[in-house]
Amino acid sequence: MQNHFELFGLQAAFSVDEAALDQSYREIQARVHPDRFAHAGDAERRASLQWTTRVNEAYRSLKSPVQRASHILALHGVDVAFETNTAMPAAFLGQQLELREALENATRAKDVKSLDALQKSIARDRQTLEQKLAQRIDADKDYQAAAGLVRELQFLEKLEAEIDGAYELIE
Amino acid sequence: MALLQISEPGMSPAPHEQRLAVGIDLGTTNSLVATVRSGAATVLPDAQGRPLLPSIVRYLGNGKVEVGYAAQARQADDPKNTIVSVKRFMGRGVKDVDHAQNAPYDFVDAPGMLQLRTAGGVKSPVEVSAEILKMLRQRAELAMGGTLSGAVITVPAYFDDAQRQATKDAGRIAGLNVLRLLNEPTAAAIAYGLDNASEGIFAVYDLGGGTFDLSILKLSRGVFEVVATSGDSMLGGDDFDQRVFCWVVEQAKLAPLSPRDMRLLLVRAREAKEYLTVHGEASISAKLSTGEFVDQTLDTETFCRITQTLVHKTLGPVRKAIRDAGLEVNDVEGVVMVGGATRMPQIQRAVAEFFRRDPLNNLDPDKVVALGAAMQANVLAGNKPQGEDWLLLDVIPLSLGVETMGGLVEKIIPRNTTIPAGRAQEFTTFKDGQTGMSFHVVQGERELVSDCRSLARFELKGIPPMAAGAARVRVTYQVDADGLLSVTARESTTGAEASVTVKPSYGLADADIERMLRDSFSHAREDVHSRALAEARVDGQRLLEATRSALAADAALLSPEDRAAIDSGSAMLEKALAGADHRAIKQAVDALNRATGPFAERRMDEGIRRALAGKKIGSL
Repeated sequence: MQNHFELFGLQAAFSVDEAALDQSYREIQARVHPDRFAHAGDAERRASLQWTTRVNEAYRSLKSPVQRASHILALHGVDVAFETNTAMPAAFLGQQLELREALENATRAKDVKSLDALQKSIARDRQTLEQKLAQRIDADKDYQAAAGLVRELQFLEKLEAEIDGAYELIE
Repeated sequence: MALLQISEPGMSPAPHEQRLAVGIDLGTTNSLVATVRSGAATVLPDAQGRPLLPSIVRYLGNGKVEVGYAAQARQADDPKNTIVSVKRFMGRGVKDVDHAQNAPYDFVDAPGMLQLRTAGGVKSPVEVSAEILKMLRQRAELAMGGTLSGAVITVPAYFDDAQRQATKDAGRIAGLNVLRLLNEPTAAAIAYGLDNASEGIFAVYDLGGGTFDLSILKLSRGVFEVVATSGDSMLGGDDFDQRVFCWVVEQAKLAPLSPRDMRLLLVRAREAKEYLTVHGEASISAKLSTGEFVDQTLDTETFCRITQTLVHKTLGPVRKAIRDAGLEVNDVEGVVMVGGATRMPQIQRAVAEFFRRDPLNNLDPDKVVALGAAMQANVLAGNKPQGEDWLLLDVIPLSLGVETMGGLVEKIIPRNTTIPAGRAQEFTTFKDGQTGMSFHVVQGERELVSDCRSLARFELKGIPPMAAGAARVRVTYQVDADGLLSVTARESTTGAEASVTVKPSYGLADADIERMLRDSFSHAREDVHSRALAEARVDGQRLLEATRSALAADAALLSPEDRAAIDSGSAMLEKALAGADHRAIKQAVDALNRATGPFAERRMDEGIRRALAGKKIGSL
């Protein structure tokens, strides 16, 4: 499989150097982007489109903590198995149920303040989880243990998306 | 009147190296064409010195077409044949159009894109738009003294695939080489950012005649990165006219109006709206065809009250874009106002209040999009040396999805993904010997297919017959830099290329476009052959130049055989270019394109290697 980190000349790490990633991405785009080839022949335009698509996809997945972690795990042969592995620690599930209930109540009551509070609390949880992931992946290199954390992080991302949806609904 | 440009000795602009490229703002109300001259973007006016071209097309019975001011002058006398705000109909069906009952047209509701019955025949919005583009192309070619090498046409950022495709088709029919479809707020950001050397997070609030866009951009030296975009492709200054129109009808207790009176009152409503930008009240008076006099006075307070919901409606997309960008209102360091409708004081106030800062208005909101498009066209034409140009990273405004079981949508490319973007999916057959599959691609954010916009249905044929579940069909969705989707499919166990037939839900089939191209030539007094030859020559010359400069830079990457193939292909093309057979030129172009394929890929790999040179390659 393609290694997204190598494409940008970076070490594969969950704690990715964002500034280096951004810089590398822009340098590559400056050379392969279709805008550079608008007046070129078909062959160059096609090659440019393919490369840019690949670079954009790699960049997007490295920018997303869930996708970045999944990618590192996949490089080590560990499948996060979002769809098949839904077994989660009971404490985590219980907490998720509570958060979802709070979200439903806030949406029903059109309570923007509660939504704001909910969003902040999830942002904090996410930060803690990302720190744990960095520890498991970069320091311990325990990819199996990391897989469970990635699934938890995925849960939080979904919830964040639902909160955004709730804001839209209220407005 | 265009002035002759005389350059200083030794500062010759080397005309053979500068390609003639323009930026076109194809607006709902007005359109403009601009170019970069002596390093500065400038709008090209018509022979009377007027920069704007009203986006109005009138079809006369004798095959003649009037565009712009001439058509505008007759809109109240001949409303059925005078098409205004055609942009609202691009890639749309009749049921998609608000106030269709208030529009004085004779709609033909065919499946897919609506059409208009006029004295000049049944016309698609694409053809109507092509008339506007043709007029602008002629204006530019006259002013610049040559055939255009390419054009950038702007579209609302929130335009979906069908609306974008319709715009690009209109460009083709108008005889333009469309270098790129550029999002209007992004074009404005280019003009604005380069003018002010701005850095940081900016919002572009673009309320045009018929569309509303809100884009959030990150500007840093040499990079314009769109982080989120949102909007409403059915909301614009026209809707404010409608509100005033309805208010007048209600106040004056008017009976249902004839198309002529309707247009007359709409024109008066627009005038009143514009007057109210700097005055406290406006009078709306008109003599209707029934002999009835309308005489109403609209004050600012009433105008604000009857349009309040419209102003409010723009703030929803603003909030959404800020959320999508993962930002807070305070992070936005500047708000650029674009589009004539942003002149309305209530809009300025609402935006200032929302962002808690005064919006920026220092560039003409009518011209800024065309100027930015001209700057981008200049870069795309290769007229700017590398290092002095910039990188533009734009996004897809609406998610793309495919229909799955039960009428649900599975997202394949989410909104605000940087383009070009792609995604591949694998499917399998569910019956023994199955040789075909069908797909339905939609655009939108909702979970149900019925709540999204249908883009196209794909029929896949030619899958080798196998047992159920044995075939592996890989479908690749590709969104290019214009934001346009294309689909390819391949059966991966045998490698057989499955053929994909696309039935665009709102677009035009290739055959329609060819017919329109022929029609457009037979009406214009242009010779089909000379045009085809001129286009083939521009194309051939471009490829030859591109090949030469690629060889000059990277000949070392080529094996002797590849080099020989490219050299002989170039020689063939040069020979064809000396002749007058456009088909021979096209064949030679295709052959050279094939010969340069491997070279192009190697050059791209090399480009990436160079970009990363000096960096440590990460090891695992």
